[in-house]
Amino acid sequence: MKVSMKKFASLAGVAASGIGSLFGSTNAWADFQLNMHEPVTEAGRRAYELHNDISLICLAIFIVVFGILAYSLIKHRKSKGHKAADFHEHLGIEIAWTVIPSIILVLIAIPATKTLVHMRDTSEPAITIKATGYQWKWGYDYLKGEGEGIKFLSVQATPKEQIHNQADKAHNYMMTVDNPLVVPVNAKVRILTTANDVIHAWAVPAFAVKQDAVPGFIRDTWFKADKEGTYNGQCSELCGKDHGYMPIVVKVVSAAEYSNWVGEQKKKAAAGDDPAKTWTLDEAMARGEKVYNANCASCHQANGQGIPGTFPPLDGAKIAKAAAQKGNHIGTVLHGRPGTAMAAFGAQLSDTEIATVITYERNAWSNKTGEVIQPADVKAAR
Amino acid sequence: MAHEHALGGHEGQVGHDAHEHHGPPSGIMRWITTTNHKDIGSMYLWFSFIMFLVGGAMAMVIRAELFQPGLQIVSPEFFNQMITLHALIMVFGAIMPAFVGFSNWMIPLMIGASDMAFARMNNWSFWILPVASFLLILSMFVPGGAAGTGWTMYPPLSIQMGMGMDLAIFGIHLLGMSSIMGGINIITTILNMRAPGMTLMKMPMFCWTWLITAFLLIASMPVLAGAVTMLLTDRHFGTSFFNAAGGGDPVLFQHIFWFFGHPEVYIIALPAFGVISQVIPTFSRKPIFGYASMVYAIAAIAIISFFVWAHHMYVTGIPLTGQLYFMYATMIIAVPTGVKVFNWVATMWKGSLSFETPMLFALGFLFMFTLGGFSGLVLSLTAVDVMLQETYYVIAHFHYVMVAGALFSAYAGAYYWLPKWTGYMYDETLGKIHFWLSLIFFNMTFFVQHFLGLAGMPRRVPDYALQFTEFNQISTIGAFGLGISQLLFLYIVLKARKGGKKATAEVWDGAQGLEWTVPSPAPYHTFETPPVFEGHGKH
Repeated sequence: MKVSMKKFASLAGVAASGIGSLFGSTNAWADFQLNMHEPVTEAGRRAYELHNDISLICLAIFIVVFGILAYSLIKHRKSKGHKAADFHEHLGIEIAWTVIPSIILVLIAIPATKTLVHMRDTSEPAITIKATGYQWKWGYDYLKGEGEGIKFLSVQATPKEQIHNQADKAHNYMMTVDNPLVVPVNAKVRILTTANDVIHAWAVPAFAVKQDAVPGFIRDTWFKADKEGTYNGQCSELCGKDHGYMPIVVKVVSAAEYSNWVGEQKKKAAAGDDPAKTWTLDEAMARGEKVYNANCASCHQANGQGIPGTFPPLDGAKIAKAAAQKGNHIGTVLHGRPGTAMAAFGAQLSDTEIATVITYERNAWSNKTGEVIQPADVKAAR
Repeated sequence: MAHEHALGGHEGQVGHDAHEHHGPPSGIMRWITTTNHKDIGSMYLWFSFIMFLVGGAMAMVIRAELFQPGLQIVSPEFFNQMITLHALIMVFGAIMPAFVGFSNWMIPLMIGASDMAFARMNNWSFWILPVASFLLILSMFVPGGAAGTGWTMYPPLSIQMGMGMDLAIFGIHLLGMSSIMGGINIITTILNMRAPGMTLMKMPMFCWTWLITAFLLIASMPVLAGAVTMLLTDRHFGTSFFNAAGGGDPVLFQHIFWFFGHPEVYIIALPAFGVISQVIPTFSRKPIFGYASMVYAIAAIAIISFFVWAHHMYVTGIPLTGQLYFMYATMIIAVPTGVKVFNWVATMWKGSLSFETPMLFALGFLFMFTLGGFSGLVLSLTAVDVMLQETYYVIAHFHYVMVAGALFSAYAGAYYWLPKWTGYMYDETLGKIHFWLSLIFFNMTFFVQHFLGLAGMPRRVPDYALQFTEFNQISTIGAFGLGISQLLFLYIVLKARKGGKKATAEVWDGAQGLEWTVPSPAPYHTFETPPVFEGHGKH
């Protein structure tokens, strides 16, 4: 069944690419596809097969039913002088078309059940990773297995100029992040999903994985990729303004490469910020701008103006300008504002990152307060 | 006795007979104070068409933004507001009122009643609607704009929203009140006011579908009202129904919402089935096949619709046993739905078929609703749904059910009964052009979205990866074609109100039923003394 489906898809593909050329698009139809991605996991391949089978069954039923209808539409026309028959019930046939579909459904239900049971078996993972949805980025914590203790945020890295059509779009437009999730090939990876603010969903089509990330709860899913490569997905539950801009990028690498990567990450973590360091204004501004652009700019905007009516401005705002509001400013970044989109960044960012971003906010644009917040100030406010 | 075009126009030559039945007052007060089922039916239909154009304009904004990758026309937050309002306005403002309009106009005529049972409540059910829609549209202009949550309004996202969310909540409360009152009215009318001789099992199928739909409305609307009220108190009064930090659960909202939401699908689909079950026998010149099994199938669909809600929630983390149960229950719906399709095909089999516009729309309905049913069967399989949930495949699926299903059925009904309402035949050539344009552009818009979904394009995004560009362009061009084609319908209706070929009482040579025994246009008051129903066809 798989083969015939593919043949059908490629035939239809040729036809459709002919139509496509009419639109004079600059993009080639190279990425063009009519069916699902062929998954790289066992569970995915089973679901893919199931989809092909059910689609073909539907096609067969469609051809039979609408073939009969087409015959009737052609032969039983008034314009051809066909006189209407007078029958309007037949117990036998009515029982038949209730029972036969029921049998077909049972036959479909058997493989569907087996596939689902396989899909939901998250037991005995080699590696367990927690994926936390934030508005609008993903956070990954390697909880168990090789790489335990690694944690980082994964933010979309597609340049704003490409999104706003001021620059040509790269071939992987939308599907780039600063820190992709890295996992070894042929290892069972269990993903725990949760969220910090609203419901998100962690999804990678090539793994046949999609799991809602619900704030306050832990859900789980798993995959065991058997092919190295880079696989993309996107947040799959509407989570606000930048829902479309929180991609998921997973790099599946060999076991040796994975060990290397783990080593590098550990080194990086060890060489992290010294929390006792005293920052100068210029240093803090440079670091803070990076933190701001990754975490704050999607709502408060790069120019600090916010979006009127939805997200408040920081430029000229009392909280970011008045000396008396400094404590309030630190508290708001640490703990968020319940009932609004302002998240609590205390758990996501380090003292250094929070200190520098607040310094940035209190000195950028027209907020020239000259104040420098030190990591120690943030630690004290936690 | 005043003979009046209840669809508007021709101000009445008010009757001077000594009866207590007067014609309608003239001017705007006629429409504000009317208790006449035909006037109210017409208002429902006009209102739903206006809302259809408003919701359609929003769809054009969505498709225009999606014509190319990148952000061109609107901001992401406005895009989210558009998808929310498009859905709410189309579901509650366009489709549901359209079928309530048909029920108001046709149920009394079909069962030989003089009017609806609660005529003043009928007026009130209608006039709540414009107010509710005004609240929804107003929400676009308050600080923060309309709710950007999608029509499903999932918390905690809906807790974050501004005042627009509150306006939507109150709008939904009003819409729900209107629907419940309408439902009570329809049930009471059908159960109590049928002409002598018309037993339940002799009723036209349209009345059966509405009788069952009305029960669905009464059962499910209060559930939605409860859900949005809990949302309101979570937002403003410190409750934590949907907040895990306060002991609640965000997923609880989804359970409540879809307990309403799935029956809602059939609230829309069943009256559409009813219209099709009137149109197909007429143009086949043959009674409907398997009347009794059709009734049982409708009842079965309605009952099962309350037990399948979590198939909208396969990836929320419900347990494996839950997934299995909801998968099996959902698959079962295919059986009664299949029975209906087979019955319609058997009705046409060996008939004497002709293809006037209503029949074309009914065939379009049959063809595409079946496709929507098939994609529904695909989505019912949990393992497959995990790959397709929240993708464009789902968008394609429910537009096949909602647009090709409900909208095409509504057009079938509108063309079918238009001569009875206006007294004139519509322009058949233009009607056929309207059908073919709608059919072609509809498929151009939505068929390609199956491929987008299979390739993994998520729904509710204003921007997408380059691989999705071509299909989105095809879809957008189709959408604008589909949108513009609908203006043709407006022209056809306006033209048919002005004049044309006079319609006979029977209108269609194969038409059966009491509604075809009254003159065209239907007089302002009909069946003041109940007719005696002797049955038609060979029931």
